[in-house]
Amino acid sequence: MIRSRFQQGLDDLKERLLEMGGMCEAAIELASEAYRTRNGRLAQQVFEREKMINQSQRLIDELAVDLLAMQQPMASDLRFVLAVVKINSDLERVGDLAVHVAQRSLDLSQEPELEVPVDIGRMTTAVSAMLRRALESFLAAKAEVAQAVLEMDSIVDRMKDEAFVNLVAQMKSDPERVRAYIDVLLITRSLERIADHATNIAEDVIFWVSGADVRHNARFGMGPEGD
Amino acid sequence: MGAGIEVKDLNAWFGKALVLKEVNMTVNANAVTAIIGPSGCGKSTFIRCLNRMHETVPDARLTGTVHIGDMDVYAPGVIPADVRRRIGMVFQKANPFPTMSIYDNVSAGLRLNGFTRRRELDAAVEYSLRMAALWDEVKDVLKKKSGASLSGGQQQRLCIARALAVQPELLLMDEPCSALDPISTGKIEELIFQLKTEYTVVIVTHNMQQAARVADATGFFLMGKLIEFDKTEKLFTTPTDKRTEDYITGRFG
Repeated sequence: MIRSRFQQGLDDLKERLLEMGGMCEAAIELASEAYRTRNGRLAQQVFEREKMINQSQRLIDELAVDLLAMQQPMASDLRFVLAVVKINSDLERVGDLAVHVAQRSLDLSQEPELEVPVDIGRMTTAVSAMLRRALESFLAAKAEVAQAVLEMDSIVDRMKDEAFVNLVAQMKSDPERVRAYIDVLLITRSLERIADHATNIAEDVIFWVSGADVRHNARFGMGPEGD
Repeated sequence: MGAGIEVKDLNAWFGKALVLKEVNMTVNANAVTAIIGPSGCGKSTFIRCLNRMHETVPDARLTGTVHIGDMDVYAPGVIPADVRRRIGMVFQKANPFPTMSIYDNVSAGLRLNGFTRRRELDAAVEYSLRMAALWDEVKDVLKKKSGASLSGGQQQRLCIARALAVQPELLLMDEPCSALDPISTGKIEELIFQLKTEYTVVIVTHNMQQAARVADATGFFLMGKLIEFDKTEKLFTTPTDKRTEDYITGRFG
């Protein structure tokens, strides 16, 4: 009976985290759409979503603390709860970063349209795919899926580096609109950081499923860096 | 200093029932080793094989070898009482000699071994009670109060002091806190942690959190077999064997 309550608690934690992940995916989607369509109302919707994400974060932390205190989980259950606490924190930051993208999009929507040498839509698609796969790996408890997310991070990093070079060149040739280009640059930076959080989530899933710590470039199935 | 333990191919029987099967284990000196497992898994039998108490049960027998430090515990000619002198044991229920004073309880083992000099006995009693973290609570009533007049937690620490007085190399503890409240349990656990500087400690416990708190290494027994033996932090976070995982996460059976 007691263990079934514990299992119920673990299931509840998982469900709520996935729900929060869904809110984060939606917030990124809305922020990207706000940028693409220069729609201030969509940006406002991101701000509303972020409040819900913050509420979820508090609730999930409370549930996790209760489980730790009342059930003293061990082994894979302990790793699961630890992973949830860390993923929870990553998702909350993803919500903040979606707000940053929405805020910059709102600012840009109040300026004349800009010729941007960066494909924000493509970058958003890549970042969203990383987050979705990270959440899928969490749902299915699959370290291989999480590993694939880690490998996608370098693609987004390259996109951000290219965007930086192109935007700096554009600022030089069109100095009067530097402020707007900086907004776009900040959007690429926020997207790249969302990808970093997706990577963290994937690393936490690997830790939960296999017990391996793959942070800081240590590979799955190997010791830490330099080992 | 504590002694290491080397157990090889240990099998133990009660009558025809094989209760320990091919147990091999190396226990480090001056470390705390916890033995966990469900009821009837053989964990108490295992530690009773270490100090030759298993053979005190009629029809009980064993094969295999046990070395404690340089002592071959089951070598021909080794006298069980000599083995037990080098290995202290503390049981689930505190069992002080009820009519003896605190002082006499602690010094009983030494007197049995022929120590009679008052100064030596005084020093040994104080040392043992200090090691058992009981000295400050009883120093003024050493000869006035009986062992039985102490609280449950104090009685258990008195039994630990009594075991330590004969300066064993190894201290075996069979669920020493299972009858104690959390405060007394905390004191005993703190004590176990301190004791490893001087002794090797093997503790049988049903309380996995306790094993996690006090032990450097933990062994999991199931149906007479040592399923997994590893560093405590490894066993409780990433056990290798699914049976260990199932037991410590409560999904066993």
